[in-house]
Amino acid sequence: MVQDKSLGRKLFLIANYSILFLTSLFCILPFVNLLAVSFSGSAAVAAGDVVFWPVDFTTKAYEFALEGGQFLQSFWVSTQRVVLGTIVNLILMVLTAYPLSKTKEKVMGRGIYMGFFVLTMLFNGGLIPSYLIVVKAGLIDSIWSLILPGAMPVYSMIILMNFIRSLPEEIEESATIDGAGPMQILIRILLPLLKPALATVGLFTIVGHWNSWFDGIIYMNNPDNYPLQSYLQTLLLSFDQIMLRAGTDYSELLAQMNVRTGRAAQLFLGTVPILVVYPFLQKYFTKGLVLGSVKG
Amino acid sequence: MLRKLRQQRAFHLMLVPSIILVFIFSYLPFYGLVIAFQDYNPGLGFHSPWVGMENFEHVFKQEKFLRTIWNTLYMSIFKLLGGIFVPVIFALLLNEVMRAAFKRTFQTLVYIPNFLSWVIMAGIMIDILASDGIVNTFLGLLGVKPISFLGSPSIFPWTMIVTDIWKGFGFGTVVYLAALTGIDPGLYEAALIDGANRWKQTIYITLPLLAPTIILMAVLSLGNVMNAGFDQIYNLYSPAVYESGDIIDTYVYRLGIVQAQYSIGTAIGLFKSVITCILVVLSLVLAKKAAGYKIY
Repeated sequence: MVQDKSLGRKLFLIANYSILFLTSLFCILPFVNLLAVSFSGSAAVAAGDVVFWPVDFTTKAYEFALEGGQFLQSFWVSTQRVVLGTIVNLILMVLTAYPLSKTKEKVMGRGIYMGFFVLTMLFNGGLIPSYLIVVKAGLIDSIWSLILPGAMPVYSMIILMNFIRSLPEEIEESATIDGAGPMQILIRILLPLLKPALATVGLFTIVGHWNSWFDGIIYMNNPDNYPLQSYLQTLLLSFDQIMLRAGTDYSELLAQMNVRTGRAAQLFLGTVPILVVYPFLQKYFTKGLVLGSVKG
Repeated sequence: MLRKLRQQRAFHLMLVPSIILVFIFSYLPFYGLVIAFQDYNPGLGFHSPWVGMENFEHVFKQEKFLRTIWNTLYMSIFKLLGGIFVPVIFALLLNEVMRAAFKRTFQTLVYIPNFLSWVIMAGIMIDILASDGIVNTFLGLLGVKPISFLGSPSIFPWTMIVTDIWKGFGFGTVVYLAALTGIDPGLYEAALIDGANRWKQTIYITLPLLAPTIILMAVLSLGNVMNAGFDQIYNLYSPAVYESGDIIDTYVYRLGIVQAQYSIGTAIGLFKSVITCILVVLSLVLAKKAAGYKIY
């Protein structure tokens, strides 16, 4: 664009930078406050002295979280869920997107298959029937209750399908002439080409699994099976009980940390994995947009 | 011919796992919807006594339920409107920033809240919006009396609307910014020669070229009109604000899962699914007409 150096333009730029700077600040200050509270002494937090910098710096709240108990247990459940869930999601998405990327001449009944999947995007049975099916399937208190009901994310599958369609057909044709079957073509030729698309949908799958909390609450009767976000949800209401349950000398514990610092520390630890993958998310995000917006 | 069939068989086999899983977890709940017309008894399962439309008649007579519909629409519509205007304005302002590093930094900061779960966000909100939280402390410095953001029925919906837009506007910003980058710089150069200033360029070039994306995003968000944000509201509401904060989804959860009134819960869920389905289909039709967009 052409540069413009008038006074009005300069004033606009100053105002613009100020607005952008303040808005961005508003987006991260709550997290700065959370971090400050989590590293502060309980007395300073109770007195309302902590704003954006820790007062009476202590790591007690983090030690409490990492000493064991429910936090680590739930962190482990979430880790299993993310790994298993993402693998299952990606395998099913690829296995579904590849045949559906073909024309109806190459895969008979493609339209029917497509309708079968797309209908689930338009209409769903709602909370109660879905819950009852999981109960009937005997998945209550099993990690599979968090993975199988959403095992095939239709929207991401369509993104992947559109991506496969955008690849030049000649690649596959030459392999077919060489006598390779569909499964061989998929594994040997398509998978390497699909890497950027898989990275995009994979990252969003990881974030989705990590952030889910409601299914854990309704499908797990035993809190030991809660994924991290479900556990964090329960401590929004009852962190004091978790501190009581810890068994150590309660009054001594209370002198070093309180409900607010303890909760802040665990909430912050719950965001760390997201912050770790965030740079990658950003890198792939625009790509995901491009993949998702096939116009025709 | 035989060889062709053999090749096709592999494609069909690839689809089998997803079809089975989607059938169990998405289609069987459709069948489960029959309990909306029954007086569900866990012992009899889906063969409970038939009661016809009785559950619906019962529900629609309840003022409490009608209020949840109003609350849902009220909050979701303002969320949708804000969710369109705020990111468009922010993207336009961001687009005026010439230095790529600044642009990227602002974008990175405003996009972070999007990737964190409402559980984490609610934990932060409860802390900063408390009567002695940092928000009220700052307002106090300006001479404003403490505001009960989460406890007052008249303020609660607006707390939900504003915090939802706050959490989500980074996504829209990225989408619109991607669209803005796609505008041909030659158009601006031509306009400059014709004597159009930045403001006129924005009105006559940028906005019209951005319009299809704005319309597309608006139309696609239509499907969310019946969702006022369960994750957010469930984690932030309390009995004190049920009158203005209770939405269809939270009501179904309390009635259906917590109180185990499966039939009533399913009836409300079915009502919601039907309306949502109509809206989603409508949005897809409109998206195709207005922006030539189709999902597959």
